[in-house]
Amino acid sequence: MAKRIDVSDLDIYYGKFLAVQGVTVSIEPRSVTALIGPSGCGKSTFLRSINRMHEVLPGARVEGKVVMDGQDLYSADVDPVDVRRQIGMVFQRPNPFPTMSIYDNVAAGLRLNNKQTKKADLDDLVERSLRGANLWNEVKDRLDRPGSSLSGGQQQRLCIARAIAVEPDVLLMDEPCSALDPISTLAIEDLMTELKERFTIVIVTHNMQQAARVSESTGFFNLNGVGQPGRLIEFNPTEKIFSNPDEKATEDYISGRFG
Amino acid sequence: MSVQTPIPTSGASAVTPPQDRVAGRLPRWGQLAAFACGTAIAALLSWLTDSTVVLFVIYAAVLGTLVLYVASRRAEGRRQATDRLVTAIVTSAFGIAMVPLAALVWEVVGRGIERLDAEFFSASLQGIVGEGGGAYHALMGTLIITGLTALISVPVGLMTAIYLVEYAQGRLKRAITFFVDVMTGIPSIVAGLFAYALFVLLFGPGIRLGIMGAVALSVLMIPVVVRSAEEVLKLVPNELREASYALGVPKWRTIVKVVLPTAIAGLGTGVTLAIARVVGETAPLLITVGITNATNFNPFDGRMATLPVYAYYQLTQPGVPPEFAIDRAWTAALILIILVMGLNVVARVISRFFAPKTGR
Ligand SMILES: Nc1ncnc2c1ncn2[C@@H]1O[C@H](COP(=O)(O)OP(=O)(O)O)[C@@H](O)[C@H]1O
Ligand SMILES: [Mg+2]
Repeated sequence: MAKRIDVSDLDIYYGKFLAVQGVTVSIEPRSVTALIGPSGCGKSTFLRSINRMHEVLPGARVEGKVVMDGQDLYSADVDPVDVRRQIGMVFQRPNPFPTMSIYDNVAAGLRLNNKQTKKADLDDLVERSLRGANLWNEVKDRLDRPGSSLSGGQQQRLCIARAIAVEPDVLLMDEPCSALDPISTLAIEDLMTELKERFTIVIVTHNMQQAARVSESTGFFNLNGVGQPGRLIEFNPTEKIFSNPDEKATEDYISGRFG
Repeated sequence: MSVQTPIPTSGASAVTPPQDRVAGRLPRWGQLAAFACGTAIAALLSWLTDSTVVLFVIYAAVLGTLVLYVASRRAEGRRQATDRLVTAIVTSAFGIAMVPLAALVWEVVGRGIERLDAEFFSASLQGIVGEGGGAYHALMGTLIITGLTALISVPVGLMTAIYLVEYAQGRLKRAITFFVDVMTGIPSIVAGLFAYALFVLLFGPGIRLGIMGAVALSVLMIPVVVRSAEEVLKLVPNELREASYALGVPKWRTIVKVVLPTAIAGLGTGVTLAIARVVGETAPLLITVGITNATNFNPFDGRMATLPVYAYYQLTQPGVPPEFAIDRAWTAALILIILVMGLNVVARVISRFFAPKTGR
């Protein structure tokens, strides 16, 4: 079930360093939201604070609210582990588990959580997830080979399969295509269009065309200078951002004048 | 191959003859010939001065190197000659390092092989005066005490390492790391005295038990396990932990099911080498376990024999005539070396076998 996320006045810290300041945004369910902006402006940091992955780093903390369907994810009685079960994540660098086979990597979400599943159901889930990630045809004959035996692009699709296998409500993707060839990238983009029927998708990308192609809404992050916190400068429907943005900085960035 | 800096030719001719860029080269047999030459001079020298084999070898190495250097200097130039000189020096250093090892193995095998028979592995020393007898009781004692040591040290050491790498932060972490480092350097006799003092407090003076030895050895083994496990766990990429967290897997489960399996090869190797490190410890066992001539399988009741202590007593108190006991001491030493070697082989097999498979 896709869910909406409302972020209000979010400040994100690494120890004493304020990396992202004052983000307020509403992420619509059943849609793709793209985050763009120059390197180091806090896109990854913001993304990781949505599913409480940010706080696994020592000293990292967050102030403000992230509300998913009425529930504040940062309130004291919420278990971050539960949050991460509902909000999945795909990382920039493919990171399949090296000790596991392709099959086990996809099944990892259930296996690691000791969910008892019938073999047939698990087979079914693995196939569905791999098909979903456009990887099934390439690996169906070697599901027992190590996940690290795949190429970089295949590994990333394996990671996407692994993430969607646990059926999260929201899927966060941090530059998921930066390691993929154009064909796999297209496949992932098609996949996103398909997945947004079921999930809320937030994607960080450096590829402006990609943002324009896949997303309904786009957020532009920027920072005023090194050591300054990153901010969400503008958040609007993608068409508006790319045709007639409210902010001058957004227009400069999109037209390639910096970043 | 031997590409030398081209000698700047006064750019008169457009076509530079290739000889200009190729330095002279000693023939393949040149190195051998140089050392043969050095050896010949060395032989002459030691014959003239009437010196020992050791001196002859040293003469031969030094003179051979010198001849090679001079020859290379004349035929190949300065850079090649220096290269050959340094190669010779490094090789000699390696040779020097190997000498004690080779001599030790040679000596122990030569002297120990005599009593490496079935009786040695099946008989204790009970009722033995002079010839015969064996070290069955000592071998069993060593296996039992080392096994107990591993049983204590591996869980404690692994969990400490996990705590240090996955949980500890700041001052406490630094303090623990510091004390583990200090413990790595504790003299083994101190560990023995500690275990002895501890058990005297509990059971009164004069106590000797197998378990005391295991406790003493654990004091030595735990820090070794902690250090090696810590290094291995640090090598597990953080991305794998994050991948697991992002699937909604709790931290402890991530450690048990992702981090430890990824590191299993290194952990197994580290533990095996740590066992090899304590299996031959003598001093702490001398104090805590003592020695006995009979077989005792119970580490909670009375003295036990162990191979190193057995070797020590056979050598220092051989009785009359002494040669039988001294032979037994050498064989016990040989078995210890075999044990350590075996453990090292096991460590290699573990790291080969369990390493994450990346084959395509
Ligand atoms: N682990 C970290 N510790 C401290 N500072 C960090 C860490 N990761 C990122 N930062 C800082 O946070 C800011 C935002 O980084 P990031 O979110 O990675 O940017 P982006 O993904 O937009 O390129 C940068 O200034 C970066 O230096
Ligand atoms: Mg980033």
